[in-house]
Amino acid sequence: MAKITFITTDNESITLEGTSGSVMQLAVDNDIPGIDGDCGGVCSCATCHVHVKPEDMEKTGAASEIENDMLELDDNVNEYSRLCCQLEISDALDGVVLQVAERD
Amino acid sequence: MSQNFSENKICVVIGASHGGVNFAFSLRKEGWEGRIILFDKDPVLPYHRPPLSKAYLTSADAIEKNALKSAESYEKSNIELRLGHNVSSVNKSEKNITLDTGEIQAYDTLVLATGARPIIPSIEGLKEASNVFALRTASDVEQIRSAVNTGETQKNVVVIGGGYIGLETAASLKKLGANVTVLEREERILARVTAPEMSDFFEKLHATNNVPVLTNKNVVAITKDGNLNHVVCADNTSYKADIIIVGVGIHVNLELAKQAELEIENGIKVDEQAKAATDIYAIGDCTYHYNPHYDRFIRLESVQNAVDQAKIAAAAICDKKPVYNTIPWFWSDQYDVKLQMVGLSTGYNKLVKRIEEGAANKFSIWYFKDDELLAVDAVNNAKAYVLGTKFIKNKNTIDQLKLADPNSVFKPANLILE
Repeated sequence: MAKITFITTDNESITLEGTSGSVMQLAVDNDIPGIDGDCGGVCSCATCHVHVKPEDMEKTGAASEIENDMLELDDNVNEYSRLCCQLEISDALDGVVLQVAERD
Repeated sequence: MSQNFSENKICVVIGASHGGVNFAFSLRKEGWEGRIILFDKDPVLPYHRPPLSKAYLTSADAIEKNALKSAESYEKSNIELRLGHNVSSVNKSEKNITLDTGEIQAYDTLVLATGARPIIPSIEGLKEASNVFALRTASDVEQIRSAVNTGETQKNVVVIGGGYIGLETAASLKKLGANVTVLEREERILARVTAPEMSDFFEKLHATNNVPVLTNKNVVAITKDGNLNHVVCADNTSYKADIIIVGVGIHVNLELAKQAELEIENGIKVDEQAKAATDIYAIGDCTYHYNPHYDRFIRLESVQNAVDQAKIAAAAICDKKPVYNTIPWFWSDQYDVKLQMVGLSTGYNKLVKRIEEGAANKFSIWYFKDDELLAVDAVNNAKAYVLGTKFIKNKNTIDQLKLADPNSVFKPANLILE
């Protein structure tokens, strides 16, 4: 089980618990504003963009090539960007803090 | 305060897939305080449809893993989900709908998100054939999975129709170990939606994966030999099939719209706020809508359009003045190939192909009408997809020679002509 904290674009902090599935699905199931997951989690829509808290990057790992490509022209991309449909929930993610990215 | 924020109002939504479900949650977010009632004849908690022919078909997952929203989400947002209910009629003057159980439900605002259903062509013997499936619902996929997995022997599958659904299903069933053949009536697959280069690429991709994709194959009859079907084509060839998948396109579900005397033209005609008539909106695959970017009315079979129109309709009902203005996008996964498409290529007169070096099967096809970029098909190339999206949105003029040159930097600054 992992506790995952989302900080919304309105600076609200919401902590959720998950055991499996993607972080995007956890966010969608709990109506986290700004995480839509329109494509269902196949890295095709970039509507689940988050910035990982820098010290948590070790837990999440860096973005994959396709995530980087999808975000390349996004005005809000930075070195901590991930598409959270690509983050599988496991004990390893316990305690991570994710800032929901602004949309272009 | 708008009257639409009254808690006594009722919004009835017919169809609980990508359009209907996203609409319901958006309407709540926009501040609607009245009841929201979602009807769908599918008894299953609403789910993502694109994975049905892709990852879901090849997995052993239960459909709940693909739910659009959890059951608790509907409760939390106070959205009434009435699944397994078929709406049989709409009475526009009385402002109510009737279920096939006879139950009448009044509405103040009605949203039609009725989608489409697969075309089952009138081929001689198809009705009597064994194991014939279309692919649109979770139940279709579960039946296909079970038919493929029954018994020890490898199943022969014939897919009628080389569109995206047919091709994705073929790839998935091959992965499940079936012996698959695709029969396409036209002289090339995906003829309606892509350039010949893309048809060629996908035909070869399937051939490499030992799935023959045969074109100019007009299926005229199915004959039976016990449980084994023979799919017979006009050229007198015949293919053995334990299982037949029909993927020849869809019929828009227009029966309720016709009853409500809505304007129909290739779909339910709606304005840029997804409105079809006073107090009636329509969203998703069932709509014929105006696309400002391409300056014409279109009908789309797409998740993106369903979700975007859902948000527009919800905002419009809550007295915002949103305007639908989006560039359509689509995707398809077959084997290890990811195709991402943006824009509408209809009317193109020039193609630019860019092949990235050092990676297999990584390229993009750019559709132009003279200098105007209309659409991009990107194969294993998300970068081409996002660049294309940006260029189309901004109506940039592109240096086509540089674009075609894989050694020319793949960045906006290098490719946009002033």
